[in-house]
Amino acid sequence: MEKKAERLVIFKGKTGFTVRVKRTWSEFRRNKIGVLGLLISLFFIVIAVFAPIIAPYSPSDIYVGAPLSPPSKEFPFGTDELGRCILSLIIYGSRISLLVGVIAALINISIGTIVGLICGYYRNILSDALMRVTDAFIMMPSLALMVVLAAILGPNIYTIILAIGITTWPTTARTVMSQVLSLKERQYVEAVRAAGGSDFYIIFHCILLNVLPIVFTNMILSIATAVLYEAGLSFLGLGDPTRISWGIILYYANTSGAIISGAWWYVIPPGICIILLVVAFTFVSHGLDEILNPRLRRR
Amino acid sequence: MPLLEVNSLKMYYEVKGKRWVKAVDNVSIKIDRGESLGLAGESGCGKTSLSLSIMRLLPPNGKVLSGEIKFENEDILNMGYKLFKKKIAWKKISLVPQAAMSALNPVMKVGDQIVEAIIFHEDVSKEEALERAKTLFKLVGLDPSRINDYPHEFSGGMRQRVMIAMALACNPKLVIADEPTSALDVIVQAQILSLIKDLQKNLNLSMILVTHDLSILSEICNSIAVMYAGKIVEYGPTLDVYEDPQHPYTKGLLAATPSIKGTRRRLKSIPGTPPDLLNPPPGCRFHPRCPYAKDICRKEEPPLVKVGEKRVVACHEV
Amino acid sequence: MPRGVKGLSELVKVENLVKWFPLRRGLFSSLFRREELFVRAVDGISFNIKEGEIFGLAGESGCGKTTTARLVLRLIEPTDGKIYFKGIDILSIDKKEMRKLRKEMQIIFQDPYESLNPRMFICDIIKEPLKLQKIGNSEEERLEMVYEMLEKVGLTPPEEFLYRYPHELSGGQRQRVAIARALILRPKLVVADEPVSMLDVSIRAGILDLMLDLKEELNLSYLYITHDLATAKYVCDRLAIMYLGKIVEQGDTLKIIDEPMHPYAKALIDAIPVPNPRVKIRKIPIKGEVPTPIHIPPGCRFHPRCPYAKDICKKEEPPLVKVNKDRFVMCHLYS
Repeated sequence: MEKKAERLVIFKGKTGFTVRVKRTWSEFRRNKIGVLGLLISLFFIVIAVFAPIIAPYSPSDIYVGAPLSPPSKEFPFGTDELGRCILSLIIYGSRISLLVGVIAALINISIGTIVGLICGYYRNILSDALMRVTDAFIMMPSLALMVVLAAILGPNIYTIILAIGITTWPTTARTVMSQVLSLKERQYVEAVRAAGGSDFYIIFHCILLNVLPIVFTNMILSIATAVLYEAGLSFLGLGDPTRISWGIILYYANTSGAIISGAWWYVIPPGICIILLVVAFTFVSHGLDEILNPRLRRR
Repeated sequence: MPLLEVNSLKMYYEVKGKRWVKAVDNVSIKIDRGESLGLAGESGCGKTSLSLSIMRLLPPNGKVLSGEIKFENEDILNMGYKLFKKKIAWKKISLVPQAAMSALNPVMKVGDQIVEAIIFHEDVSKEEALERAKTLFKLVGLDPSRINDYPHEFSGGMRQRVMIAMALACNPKLVIADEPTSALDVIVQAQILSLIKDLQKNLNLSMILVTHDLSILSEICNSIAVMYAGKIVEYGPTLDVYEDPQHPYTKGLLAATPSIKGTRRRLKSIPGTPPDLLNPPPGCRFHPRCPYAKDICRKEEPPLVKVGEKRVVACHEV
Repeated sequence: MPRGVKGLSELVKVENLVKWFPLRRGLFSSLFRREELFVRAVDGISFNIKEGEIFGLAGESGCGKTTTARLVLRLIEPTDGKIYFKGIDILSIDKKEMRKLRKEMQIIFQDPYESLNPRMFICDIIKEPLKLQKIGNSEEERLEMVYEMLEKVGLTPPEEFLYRYPHELSGGQRQRVAIARALILRPKLVVADEPVSMLDVSIRAGILDLMLDLKEELNLSYLYITHDLATAKYVCDRLAIMYLGKIVEQGDTLKIIDEPMHPYAKALIDAIPVPNPRVKIRKIPIKGEVPTPIHIPPGCRFHPRCPYAKDICKKEEPPLVKVNKDRFVMCHLYS
């Protein structure tokens, strides 16, 4: 009996989740591109979190330098038309860009996954109707839809998040649904049914567990696209002018005539940051994709 | 002169990290005109790899490291690939691949696929090739008027017959059939086996039959080579090997194969699993599962020893 | 090997079970063709399984045996007929009661690669039925039961297997996990759907032996589905041979295999090769292949291929003839 108790103590230490995370990490480590992407993403996240400490100036410090002056030792990225340090603007801007990106992606994934699960598993009139609505959304040009929504709801950080989240969930729903359609016919799902599993259990335990890898990689990818959409919307002037994001920086770069007057330092650094962040997240998501998905097909 | 000779062939698959999967490890076989050899073994033993090596259809990471393959005394292993494809493949040796029923192009008429094969290898007109295809259909028991149907219009058994017809299109001397009946129902399987036996007789066809099913093998083949973990462990006439198996693995396989006739006896399984070919066990590769394993079996690889007129076994017990 | 039927009580009784699958039609066919087409997978079969016996259901692909396996467990709903389990009409009880009844009837699938959830650990896979049926008062108790089960199915030492993924195990080991999962609820009936057909030959006997040993130990009954009659001979007490959705012959396994009565059964058994080079199979007198279960021939469904077909076979469906206490044949030759 003691031996039995001993064994159980050893088992208690490992939970499924921690072991899984550890193993995923050890495999992910080997994917050089994925690790590169992860490092860059972490770099930006750290900058965003510690912005007030890292940035030499705050966005409200206007006229600390001559307006629209090119990069110099004091201002590595030059200054904007209000004489603010662009480097500091970019550092602070990362906060909003990332925040919008992450929250919009969360909305996208939550709605998309639930709709995809339900539509994929149940094949009745209700799920079909829901699927038609989803398809309708997919067919509409998302950027145009976002523009309309943002314009109606007003230039506000929350409306941007909402606009992006609402227009992107249908694609996720489609992806999840097609996965669910194939998964629900699998024998191990049938086995759970035979053991007495209810529909709810099957959807939210069995199938969700197998859909999570795709959802997770999609999530990382949608953060990237959300950041890109935010930049686009803000550049078009639909963003929140009271905040700083990389897209807003570009918007002001445009409206202040900086581009025309050749102030490249105003445009290129934020542009590069956007690209870097998007590419970094994409690399991470591809790296994860390789690990989390082929196992399903391996024999 | 033997029809086909494989001498000490070593074919390994290269995997990441410069490691080698020792799929075919020092294998030698010999086939005479009119002989049918059965390559028996379970999954991973190397029998399919061996047949792919003979047909030079290996994937890019399959490398032949040493050995020779001779057909009618001609070296076909080192022959230029284009020459091999024109002169040997399909014309002298052809292959009915595994899962052959799905090997047909679904958007091409069946007759056209056979014609395509004939025209590539021989200098005949399309009409002649089509006539040949119709004759082949009759040969394998299919209605020649169906020559212009698409693969999906045929059942599984019929598609298998089509694959056999394609393999015979250029009158080869040797046909390699890799699990020709594994996906077929029992009765269709019997029909195909019967067809193969007729073809063997009427065309004086030599065959290599690759299979894990010892019952099918005993129907068709007059000699058998039992493979395990990339090596041949027993080789000889079918009758002798079945009635008096020498190698413990052969004994185990026969004891594990159920028979529809005879008394109900207890089936015996072989404990353990086939070894990882990246790191096969030292000495005799079967020793971890062998009930007769001795010390020497763990250290030295057993050589192929002659135990009869045409029989060899690789075992320290013998 | 003595084969007595332990309990005489009926565990499962199936009466005139029918399952027709509607054929999906495109837009045009539903406009222009009136009658709906069905795949008549199971077309009226009756059998029973006694307590403690292994009942075999054999046939070629498309005969309906896999569908029958799922019908008996009510994993799919039958079109008609009755299914009794321990005397209870399982088609008349509600979903909740059915779920509770499920712990007494479990299934082992054919494909050891597909039947285990690839993203779950072995211990969770085996533990799952316990959680679903609310068995065990604590995680430790359940883990203890999983541990015990792993030992019973020969996966020792169990610690080595608890936190592995299915893809890290071999086919034979996975099938043992599937058996452990099926038996952890201590069911009375286990439906085994071709449990060894995807395993290597040398591994099969081990799995079958395990199933037989556990049957003795846990007092189980099996519904054994297979297309391999040679294995069925080794495993099954009684046998039913199916063709195109009907049972054409039923009775004691050895008697059927040694002296089959139905022409199809005869051809089927004659067609099986033997691992003995001195014994070759005879020429099969039946031609062609099994027709699709959509357009079933009239009269006796086997008549187009039967070498003994008479006029009556083309018109009337043959009755089920009781040849002796346990033997039934569905053929005009015997009526």
